[in-house]
Amino acid sequence: MSDKKPERRDFLFTATYAVGAVGAAAVVWPLVDQMNPDASVKALASTEVNVSSLKPGNTITVLWRGKPVFIRRRTQEEIDVARSVKMEDLIHPEKDEDRAKNPEWLVMLGVCTHLGCVPLNDKGDYDGWFCPCHGSHYDTSGRIRKGPAPWNMEIPKYEFVNANTIKIG
Amino acid sequence: MSDHEYTPKSKAGKWFNDRLPLLTLANHLTDYPTPKNLNYWWTFGGILTFCLITQIVTGLVLAMHYIAHADMAFESVEHIMRDVNYGWLIRYIHANGASMFFLAVYIHIFRSLFYGSYKSPREIIWIIGIIIYLLMMAAAFMGYVLPWGQMSFWGATVITNLFSAIPFVGEGVVTWLWGGYSVDNPTLTRFFTLHYLIPFLILGLVVLHIWALHVPGNNNPVGIDVKKPSKDTVPFHPYIVIKDGFALLMFMIVFAFFVFYAPNILGHADNYIEANPLVTPAHIVPEWYLLPFYAILRSVPDKLLGVVAMLSAILILAVLPWLDTSKIRSAVFRPLYKQFYWILVADVLILGYVGAMPAEGLYLLIARVATAYYFLHFLVILPVLGLKERTIPLPLSITEPVLGGSPNMAMAKKKESKIE
Repeated sequence: MSDKKPERRDFLFTATYAVGAVGAAAVVWPLVDQMNPDASVKALASTEVNVSSLKPGNTITVLWRGKPVFIRRRTQEEIDVARSVKMEDLIHPEKDEDRAKNPEWLVMLGVCTHLGCVPLNDKGDYDGWFCPCHGSHYDTSGRIRKGPAPWNMEIPKYEFVNANTIKIG
Repeated sequence: MSDHEYTPKSKAGKWFNDRLPLLTLANHLTDYPTPKNLNYWWTFGGILTFCLITQIVTGLVLAMHYIAHADMAFESVEHIMRDVNYGWLIRYIHANGASMFFLAVYIHIFRSLFYGSYKSPREIIWIIGIIIYLLMMAAAFMGYVLPWGQMSFWGATVITNLFSAIPFVGEGVVTWLWGGYSVDNPTLTRFFTLHYLIPFLILGLVVLHIWALHVPGNNNPVGIDVKKPSKDTVPFHPYIVIKDGFALLMFMIVFAFFVFYAPNILGHADNYIEANPLVTPAHIVPEWYLLPFYAILRSVPDKLLGVVAMLSAILILAVLPWLDTSKIRSAVFRPLYKQFYWILVADVLILGYVGAMPAEGLYLLIARVATAYYFLHFLVILPVLGLKERTIPLPLSITEPVLGGSPNMAMAKKKESKIE
């Protein structure tokens, strides 16, 4: 830079650039934010499912926010296997007690945490789920045991409205 | 621009040209001095221009019948195939045209790699080309989503999920890209918009690509500078126009074979099943032209590093002019580089093959070795080779190897002394 002292004009330039930058950002933001989920998408935030016909050992898949949700009524054997796993054997350590508050019911997003495919039921080395896309194996609690996925399958917010109905979201 | 001043012959032409020098531009393009030793590998620039125009024209008419809505997209594509007059033809040209476009662009890129066309003073041409290539991949990916079949849907899910590997903001970026909590209607409509926009961006970049080319002029198989205009050059019209035209005809025969005899051979049967967010197809594969990069993605066991490796594999090409330290352009005069060049070609083909196979066992091992070699080629072999390699002496001019019969400097010198 030169030794010239800042003048009135330099101040005006700087002020103009600053106001211009703020103005440009204010115009760009709506153009960017319009791509985020809109009000109608957000309005579909919860789904109620009747699970009275589900027998132990069976899974139903329901669509919530465009994503599949697995609802599995687990057998006692599956619960025992899931609860007897040592934490140090897990890639993403989470207790089964924390994932399924009511041990008979496992409610989770049927979305592989690797790249978003839908894993297959009753498959894989741990008799839980197996993702056909890139070979991730999940156990009977939906926890990642083997393969490229970094985390366990996600547990969404849900509650039992009554004995037969689960509200997801 | 041409070295001589151009004046239109007619009075009206002169009047117009003084106000907007379009005729000067046309004259520059027809008279443009071109090295006379260009071989058929140099005809792919023209072929690529043809591919771009074909995609824009067929895409424009497909957009007149296609409906970008998750409930109607799949049916509207079937409507194009069955009801619209010649709809089947236009769609098959567009779908196979994408593959032909990539076939041509890969030949064009590997031509540049062999003859060193990316080296000084042509770095900007090369970088613009890499940007065009990136835009082509984006356009092809989004175009593949539009029919809303199973491969469309799950391809879109897997590729957009790559962004979730970004630390901290990944999930937010993916939701923003989707416009929801999964790939759905908002995703489809924005992909359609961008798929429509990108070809015109490419068209603009092609103009810059050619403009940047016309400043230093074409490289050539010998890779030495030509004086222009001189005995080393011929005017673009009619010499190169005819040669490009003939090559284009040959290319169109291959194109027509796919369109009329094997229109679905490069696609996936799963994409004739409508998108179903509850069921993932057993084996997800991208289109053939993205397979080498898909193989690199899958060969890295970590999610974030896999994405980084895949992107680096493409972006490393942009800095190639500075990674290759050799001043000699053409591989003809670089005996070692020539061998490494063919190993790289084989390496990329192997990556493409394992990219189509399941990522397990031997395939995974091969993919890892091939990925490592790919980066080794650009980051180690090229910089070292430029410093160590003993190159063959360059001829004095592009005419000399033809008339003198040998590219050997000693013989050239002898001949020179004889002339004296």
